[in-house]
Amino acid sequence: MMVLENVTKIYRIGTFGGKRLKAVDDVSFEIDEGEIVSLIGESGSGKTTIGKMILRLIRPTSGRILFNGKDIGQFKKNELKDYYRKVQGVFQDPFSSYNPLYKVDRIFDIAREEFFPDVGRNEWKNRIEEKLRSVGLNPLEVLGKFPHQLSGGQLQRLLIARALVMNVRFLVADEIISMLDASTRIDVLNLLAELKDSGLSILFITHDLSLGYYISDKTVILYRGSIMEYGDTEKIFNSPAHPYTISLMESIPRIDERWRMRSAVIQGKEKSIRNGRMCKFYHRCFKGDESCVEPPLIEVEKDHFVRCSKIGT
Amino acid sequence: MKVSLRVENLRIYYRTLRGYVKAVDGVSFEMGDEEVLGVAGESGCGKSTLGNSLILLKPPMTYMEGRVFLDGEEVPIWDNEKMRRFRYRRISIIPQYAMNALNPTKKLKVLMDDLLREHGSDFKSHTAEILRRLKMVNLPESVLNMYPIELSGGMKQRMVMVISTLMNPSLLIADEITSALDVSTQKAVIEMLMEFKSRGFVRKIFFITHDISVLYQIASSILVMYAGKLVEKASTDEILEKPFHPYTEMLISSLPKIGIKYGERKLKGIPGQPPPLLKPPEGCRFKDRCPYRHSKCDEEPPIVEISDDRVVSCWKYA
Repeated sequence: MMVLENVTKIYRIGTFGGKRLKAVDDVSFEIDEGEIVSLIGESGSGKTTIGKMILRLIRPTSGRILFNGKDIGQFKKNELKDYYRKVQGVFQDPFSSYNPLYKVDRIFDIAREEFFPDVGRNEWKNRIEEKLRSVGLNPLEVLGKFPHQLSGGQLQRLLIARALVMNVRFLVADEIISMLDASTRIDVLNLLAELKDSGLSILFITHDLSLGYYISDKTVILYRGSIMEYGDTEKIFNSPAHPYTISLMESIPRIDERWRMRSAVIQGKEKSIRNGRMCKFYHRCFKGDESCVEPPLIEVEKDHFVRCSKIGT
Repeated sequence: MKVSLRVENLRIYYRTLRGYVKAVDGVSFEMGDEEVLGVAGESGCGKSTLGNSLILLKPPMTYMEGRVFLDGEEVPIWDNEKMRRFRYRRISIIPQYAMNALNPTKKLKVLMDDLLREHGSDFKSHTAEILRRLKMVNLPESVLNMYPIELSGGMKQRMVMVISTLMNPSLLIADEITSALDVSTQKAVIEMLMEFKSRGFVRKIFFITHDISVLYQIASSILVMYAGKLVEKASTDEILEKPFHPYTEMLISSLPKIGIKYGERKLKGIPGQPPPLLKPPEGCRFKDRCPYRHSKCDEEPPIVEISDDRVVSCWKYA
């Protein structure tokens, strides 16, 4: 359904844009219909940039993104509008998605004016109420309110409801539950899983591995713009192969197993090789040596890809 | 357990135009020497207010009643002037959003010098120790001549950790210090904090977070707050194995764990929302979301001592 082909994004940074930063580096993966794919990485790994490129908020420097076989970069007016009718995003901070001067209903009004001007007011209202109930909200409690009168969880569910009212087919969910409390985040997560069962595809961007494990079919582990490991969620969590993934798994705080704390505060030896072609994880890797040059993404088992030169050693 | 922090019936309210918001409403607990006490709860439960009140009452925070004792001495938290003697030297804090807690216009060296002079010392007399500690948290000496803006988020976090603990305080309040970090950085920061503690740079840590799984790694006991009240306090193993309060129980069972997938076992959240603290309901504050609610719950629940170091505030155990 959504296919990323060798997508790269280079930002110009610095005062006069003189420096370049490769935020996303030759990333390819795909999301099928009714599938949830977790995109996991630390801050600065490029995960949000990928989400924004899918939403066409920014353009890739090179590579293509295909939606149902068509390059989204080529979309003009009507095609683009049609694309946004099917593909929408929900972001981390629900408060910033609303204009505090208007009632929350406005997010639905704008969607109708913009995308569904032919739908009658009453029919639209019915649709909204139906979808609000499906995300676990009581329409009477939330409609007609200002954003500050509602909780983060309610606002976030309203935004998901908006995507449902529009009947989108693909949702970019960028850290949508990291600002919610433990007692409500699981409900939003369950909601996403239910929507998937009804055919919605979701790109679930997160830095929280246990949330990703809970709902996703496939997992992409991103490090400094490159895919380090990719494949079936079960396989990645049960038999992580990349040293980065392994270190992530060991760092997850669990409530059934305690961390092995390292007493030595300084971690990782200083590594001397400074070569742009080295594996990006080389400087933090416990296995890395001079042979770690541009490792390719290799299939270690069915539906499980790893970018590491030390596989099997 | 040698008690070294005792808080008795503490009430800290926020003064607003519409009345008092009862953010911390009659909280009592004890903390042992060299203990890491975890404080858990949802946003708005009063956990940060509780932590902050032990060091600085910023308006509109208002002291209503209660007493605090640290190492046998009363801490006059209601008296801003008298608190100067405790602040930084004996009670210190790594605030939430520590990354933004540094004055951007000063080099870190100058910033530290100002702070130390404020407390009757200076940078010079601490230089050797500062360099030693910077090395421990993996920061180069050159950061001292940098401005905060030149440091990355993780570097700033480590810098604040060094600054906050420089006077070897008895009590360190760590307020959501790892919440904005990804898992590997989170683990590294916590390892450093524990290293600081084992070297005696801080004696005990009041670790505030919404993430119970982080507390499981480091805390010896956990205090759970809900809507301004302490609902349960017990040793970490006991509380996770057998939570007594219905809120704690539901909170822990809602946590996603590796090994649990939606398709196999569906986790449940807690329906409803915490009550408004401007006018909290009579009796138990969790009653509206509680599956065990009965008529007794309209009365203030007693604080039941289950054992020596375990208390729960619920009618179920009265």
